[in-house]
Amino acid sequence: MSVAAVPRTWKKPPLIKSAWLRWTLIVGVLVYLALVIQTTPVNWIRVWEGLPRGAAFLSAFFPPDFASRWDEIADGIAESLWMTVVSTAVGIVLSIPVGIGAAKNIAPAPVYYFCRAVLAVSRSFQEIILAIFFVKLFGFGPFAGFVTLSFATIGFYGKLLAEDIEDMDATQAEAVRSSGASWLQWINYGVQPQVMPRMIGLGLYRFDINFRESAVIGIVGGGGIGATLNTAFDRYEFSSAAAILLIIIAIVMACEYGSGFVRRWVQ
Amino acid sequence: MLRIKGLTKRYRTGDLALKGVDLAIPDGQVMALIGPSGAGKSTVIRCINRLVESTSGSIALNDVDIVALGSAELRRARRRMGMIFQEYALVERLTVMENVLTGRLGFVGFWRSWLRRFPQSDIDEAFRLLERVGLDHMADKRADELSGGQRQRVGICRALIQNPELLLVDEPTASLDPKTSRQIMRLIKELCSERKLSAIINIHDVMLAQMFAERIVGLRLGEIVYDGPPDQLTPAVLTSIYGEEDWSATIRKVDEEVPEDADNIVPFGAPRPDRDRMAGLT
Repeated sequence: MSVAAVPRTWKKPPLIKSAWLRWTLIVGVLVYLALVIQTTPVNWIRVWEGLPRGAAFLSAFFPPDFASRWDEIADGIAESLWMTVVSTAVGIVLSIPVGIGAAKNIAPAPVYYFCRAVLAVSRSFQEIILAIFFVKLFGFGPFAGFVTLSFATIGFYGKLLAEDIEDMDATQAEAVRSSGASWLQWINYGVQPQVMPRMIGLGLYRFDINFRESAVIGIVGGGGIGATLNTAFDRYEFSSAAAILLIIIAIVMACEYGSGFVRRWVQ
Repeated sequence: MLRIKGLTKRYRTGDLALKGVDLAIPDGQVMALIGPSGAGKSTVIRCINRLVESTSGSIALNDVDIVALGSAELRRARRRMGMIFQEYALVERLTVMENVLTGRLGFVGFWRSWLRRFPQSDIDEAFRLLERVGLDHMADKRADELSGGQRQRVGICRALIQNPELLLVDEPTASLDPKTSRQIMRLIKELCSERKLSAIINIHDVMLAQMFAERIVGLRLGEIVYDGPPDQLTPAVLTSIYGEEDWSATIRKVDEEVPEDADNIVPFGAPRPDRDRMAGLT
């Protein structure tokens, strides 16, 4: 019987081994946070004065008025939906070759670096900045919005496609190649089935991102429901603006549920 | 006839996987390639199909030098070599039928294959092969719904529909249970003799190799250390291939009966047993 034996203790090993470094980091982060919070300029008087103004603003939203500006709202929604559908489709079609080229395991090095550069450029600018640029280039209106969203879609979809291809099971693709398949057949039989379900899900996800963005880029001149919303705010027609916001929320929710359903179905 | 001369492969990491391998496999011969992990077994058959490019040496299939081929000719040469893989390597999200028809990709154009409109003769052959391995009722199932043994049989159909002259088989039984392993090996052997196919079978299991191959080649550290009939695998030979170990239990007695278990693989043309029972077994 080993009753007398001293029990061996065990503790989870810490993430950072050196106790000195660990405590320096913890104390350092806490001190920095305290300093940052202390020096954040908050003018409490202005916050206080702002509260009733906010309340007035919110109450102006009610009741939402769908009727008096319905024609403009309907046009805006139609334009936004058009922009979303076309730019998602065009963006995805354009991103497929770029995404395949940006997958390290199937593209030769020069193609890989070129396609990665295209993706990096597309991803480094936020949609608003792209929209400002394209509005300057093509003038106000939904065309600028469409180009913006297509371009942003290439970066998003191409990168995720490339990563999904890099994660695929190489032996399945190899088996297809070993039968004497051509390159296109190899992509179609060996690679595409492996990435398809995720890419369908991501396509739908991008669709609802593009719809939301279409509302924002309207504000900088890219057309669509965003332009209508901006006009409503400019005219102090808050009840129309509320109606537009509710419609945007409804459409985004519909996309959300729709894409969730389709994603479960394609798995 | 496959002739390999002085096949050498040095990987980019600097590892010398094959050190001048010479092999000749006459038509219709089923050869097992045995050896410890890392001996270069997979590298040999990957070099033959050029999934891996050899560093030096020549590989000739019916006097066509595989190593020198350009990409279009390589595709044509690959059509004549069927491969069967270790973890089946079926494309999991394609149906059984699509996986089998993958073996015809070298013969049809891109648009036909993209639209899945293969020639009727290919479809007929695919059904015939699936029936031969007892899976024709599974044609529209997705490959990932199948059990291991079923998947490997689909893999065999995919290789055979190429109507190859040579089968390259990489550890066909590595992820199967002992009974299914035997069935798969027996199926490969039967199909080879039906079609006068030669085959190179990489295999870990010495006992299976002895049971089903007519010639055994032992590979150790990229060199051939044994080449002969299965019944001459003595403990001394196995020690030279794998290193020191007690081999007495591994070597099959020559007079031992090959176990004839109640088999669910249907001989060609024979009446088919109950399918539900088969589905449960495999």
